Amino acid sequence: MATVVEVRAETANAKTFRLALPHPSIHLAGQHYIVRLTAPDGYTASRSYSVASPPDGSAEIELTVEHLPDGEVSSFLHEVVVPGDAIEVRGPIGGWFVWRGDAPALLVGGGSGVVPLMAMLRLARRSGRSDLLRLVVSARSPADLYYAAELPGPETTIVYTRATPPSWPRPVGRLNRGDLPAPIAPDATAYVCGTPGFADAATGLLADAGTPADRIRVERFGPTR
Amino acid sequence: MRFTRGFRGRGQGARDSRLPPGQYDVGSTWPVLTAEATPKLSTETWTFKVSGLVEQPTTWSWDEIHALPTSSFEGDIHCVTTWSKLGVKFTGVSVDALLAAARPLPAATHVLALGHTGYTTNLPLDDVTSGKAWVVWDYEGNPLPVEHGGPARMIVPHLYFWKSAKWVSGLEFQDHNEPGFWERNGYHDHGDPWLEQRYQGD
Repeated sequence: MATVVEVRAETANAKTFRLALPHPSIHLAGQHYIVRLTAPDGYTASRSYSVASPPDGSAEIELTVEHLPDGEVSSFLHEVVVPGDAIEVRGPIGGWFVWRGDAPALLVGGGSGVVPLMAMLRLARRSGRSDLLRLVVSARSPADLYYAAELPGPETTIVYTRATPPSWPRPVGRLNRGDLPAPIAPDATAYVCGTPGFADAATGLLADAGTPADRIRVERFGPTR
Repeated sequence: MRFTRGFRGRGQGARDSRLPPGQYDVGSTWPVLTAEATPKLSTETWTFKVSGLVEQPTTWSWDEIHALPTSSFEGDIHCVTTWSKLGVKFTGVSVDALLAAARPLPAATHVLALGHTGYTTNLPLDDVTSGKAWVVWDYEGNPLPVEHGGPARMIVPHLYFWKSAKWVSGLEFQDHNEPGFWERNGYHDHGDPWLEQRYQGD
């Protein structure tokens, strides 16, 4: 069991839940935890949420959760959970979509797909290895951008698809090849995270730019409710 | 049992008995969850190969595999990420028909399903024989969409759906158990949804 120690809004429909675990977390950047809710009659509902906080040896992790329409678990987390609540979590899970902080990587995230990539960016900044990472984030509008205060930096590119801040140099539009930074190393691994549509578009752009298929790791968010 | 403050769940009392524990019904949607870029495969050059510990290693072309007796699965599929899709129909060929031609040797105990993307997943022989596994190219009367593994994928519906390799390229018979892609990355070796064998240690 974990204890909710803080809940904060990232956008109008995304909240970050800071959880205290019984033991220090051993997660890697990119991994996820399972949140399991149990009703008095024994009914359970579980969903996976990516860890947004970097591995830092502490016993606290942050999960950022998008409130999905009709989402059984995300609605409960958004509408009911408050600091002090006990929540059952399991993890960390996943050994594929992980960045260990020691190899060049290009991160491409759409919408809530930025969450596991944020753990990677935070790890890079914490360990003074921002030179290894480039992060491209696509958001509908400034109001939909997660971690808006923290994201900007020399490693990051922000792409808006529907609305931009005033005097933003890039016109609105979907992610295109020109948004991808020059490769920082020929053997960089690309990490793509977002909806199936975003993931397909982004992997297509990466392939067009010459990234071999075996250097592309994808995490798709299904329309799971 | 520890329950979650304020959580009642939805659909009280109406839970479908076809749903394994911890699963929910996605209804008419079909989530797409894959770890690699979606490949572009042409049926002109597509092949399916049965190799390893078999008497007759065999490769079928798209036309050749369609000449085998067709077989359908009608039932439910269960993804480890907790969605299930109920009452679906896939058509293709039973793995039994492929093995009738290739004939596994007595030493064969396990099979590694291989994908054209390099994806792998491991299965005990008993989980792909006797009408439990198919190579399918038709979903509900239409060609299997590429995002769901088309032109052809495995279906091993009694196990979590990561065992049903998308874009399948072949089966390799082995005399030992060799963990596949997700099985090396934190997921359960067997993956029985009714036993909730989701992750290593379950």
